[in-house]
Amino acid sequence: MNFDLRLPIGLLFTFYGVVLVIVGLTTDKELYERSLGININIIWGLVLFVFGATMLLLSLKSARRPPPPPDSRPPH
Amino acid sequence: MHIQLSWTDYLILFVYFAFVIGIGWALKRRMKGSNDFFMSGRSIPAWVTGLAFLSANLGAQEVIGMAASGAKYGIMTSHFYWVGAIPAMVFLAIFMMPFYYGSKARSVPEYLRLRFDEKTRGFNAISFAAMTVFSSGISLHALAKLLETLVGWDYDVCISVSAFIVLVYIFLGGLTSAIYNEVLQFFMIVLGFAPLAFLALKDVGGWEGLKLKLAPVATSQGFADGTWYESWAHMGSPADNPMGIGWFGMVMGLGFVLSFGYWCTDFLVVQRAMVANSMSAARRTPLIAAVPKMLFPALVILPGMVAIALHHAGGGQLLPIGADGTPDYNMTIPTLLGKYLPTGLLGVGFTALMASFMSGMAGNVTAFNTVWTYDIYQSYIAPKRTDNHYLWMGRMATVFGILLSVGAAYLASKFNNIMDMLQLVFGFVNAPLFATFLLGMFWRRATGHGAFFGLLGGTLAAMLFHGLAHTRGALAGIKGSWISPRFEFASEMSQNFWMAIVAFTACLLLTIVISLATRQTKTPDELKGLVYSLTPKLKSEDEPWYQRPVTVGVIVMGVAVLLNLLFW
Repeated sequence: MNFDLRLPIGLLFTFYGVVLVIVGLTTDKELYERSLGININIIWGLVLFVFGATMLLLSLKSARRPPPPPDSRPPH
Repeated sequence: MHIQLSWTDYLILFVYFAFVIGIGWALKRRMKGSNDFFMSGRSIPAWVTGLAFLSANLGAQEVIGMAASGAKYGIMTSHFYWVGAIPAMVFLAIFMMPFYYGSKARSVPEYLRLRFDEKTRGFNAISFAAMTVFSSGISLHALAKLLETLVGWDYDVCISVSAFIVLVYIFLGGLTSAIYNEVLQFFMIVLGFAPLAFLALKDVGGWEGLKLKLAPVATSQGFADGTWYESWAHMGSPADNPMGIGWFGMVMGLGFVLSFGYWCTDFLVVQRAMVANSMSAARRTPLIAAVPKMLFPALVILPGMVAIALHHAGGGQLLPIGADGTPDYNMTIPTLLGKYLPTGLLGVGFTALMASFMSGMAGNVTAFNTVWTYDIYQSYIAPKRTDNHYLWMGRMATVFGILLSVGAAYLASKFNNIMDMLQLVFGFVNAPLFATFLLGMFWRRATGHGAFFGLLGGTLAAMLFHGLAHTRGALAGIKGSWISPRFEFASEMSQNFWMAIVAFTACLLLTIVISLATRQTKTPDELKGLVYSLTPKLKSEDEPWYQRPVTVGVIVMGVAVLLNLLFW
């Protein structure tokens, strides 16, 4: 009855991933002195992107199938 | 201490707020009756309730406070997780959820009415409702104050904007909206702070490098080398560790009384499990929450430990120094955010910080509107109205709950003492609570009079103890010993843990004695589903092993023991 929460989670983190990768590609090397010389924006952007995309895929996959029957077992 | 946010960081923050409100908006059409608004129609899958269960607990004290504690006390802070949370969460799942969920009670106070009587419910409902408003106010105040120092935003604007966002999404989508957003906040917090923890640990030279740099932190304060990186080895005597507490006070006070009292009876967290879509999902809720909870020390305590190590090694330059000459530990996470994260990721980390405050506040508000509407309004003020009326009341309760929180936030900013006093009073009320539930669920002879007067007696015992005990070096007054200075403790934490032990014991004994002296007014039939010995045992053999509460509970406990041994 409620919508699939994986959809907004997927959308949000895919978006964040894309933004971070773009920032990582367009900023100077000096910016990453603080993060110990690692371009953490690209690396973490990819992590967020993969996480978000996985959530999106899972959500789309289950939307195509009919919803599973609700748990009808009695509580005891 | 100042952080410079670029427009990318602001973009990340605003998109987050848009999603938060969007979720509330999308759920609006589905709020057809009070059952949808307060109970999410009992239709939420276990992974969602599980993560929300954890997130609702991530109030102001979690990220900021646990990192501060990691810096101030070192790895002993992990006791708040591996001792003070996991066992209680497993106990709730295996032993207590069957009664909460099976009784069909809509709230924890309502369970008390079914099991005991009206007065016990009233006592719990009113004290709980007041407490949620103040905790949410303190959360709000802490957030606004932090943003004011960190990015220079106006205090009033911070208060109104954060309160407004929480208001909108709960008003629209009720508990479901709060729960969905808590899950979003959970991922935000984990994914926002993980790179920070990673960079901090790498900077200090890994775990071995951290140990090397933490030894002088300990020795400079007169403790043994490993005090900051060994969790149990220095707990033989309160004098051996910076927390000023021995292992017995820790295990009994925090690990048993306080932790079980919070995780097993606080409606703020239990509410999340009560709206799961089946008994099995309800029982799995705390267990699913326990897995990330066990790993949270790496995310929040570890950065604190790194911060103090670097602070000490760098000659006291890293953390800002407070008015009393000691480091301002509460600035640990903000300092590290500014130190390591470049623009872009900084936006994510900063958003995660705001998310942690807002999830704590939303949790309190949803617990408040449910208890207010069902346990106070419907029970004492306006019974037997239409369901639509209670749905309307729920929305109104959300509005004035938030207005009261805002009021409490300003109260906290003006009169720090009043907030200390209120927290103290709630501490008195909370300390004995677990004894009442324990006896209620596992001893059929416990009576309504026994529960009520036991609870009252436990609260008075806590007060009396507080009046007679104080922390070494503290003046008599709000911190204790306002009757007479009889007992002295090495630290405030130790004093609090012992107060809880005393209150619990008093409540336990009083409830037993009074129950035996009074008549049981409930018939065995009425107590079916509420008391262990009168409830048919649940069977979960037809479920795969990873869905069986007992199996998963044993595994979770095993891992928690292992973690304790690993960092002994």
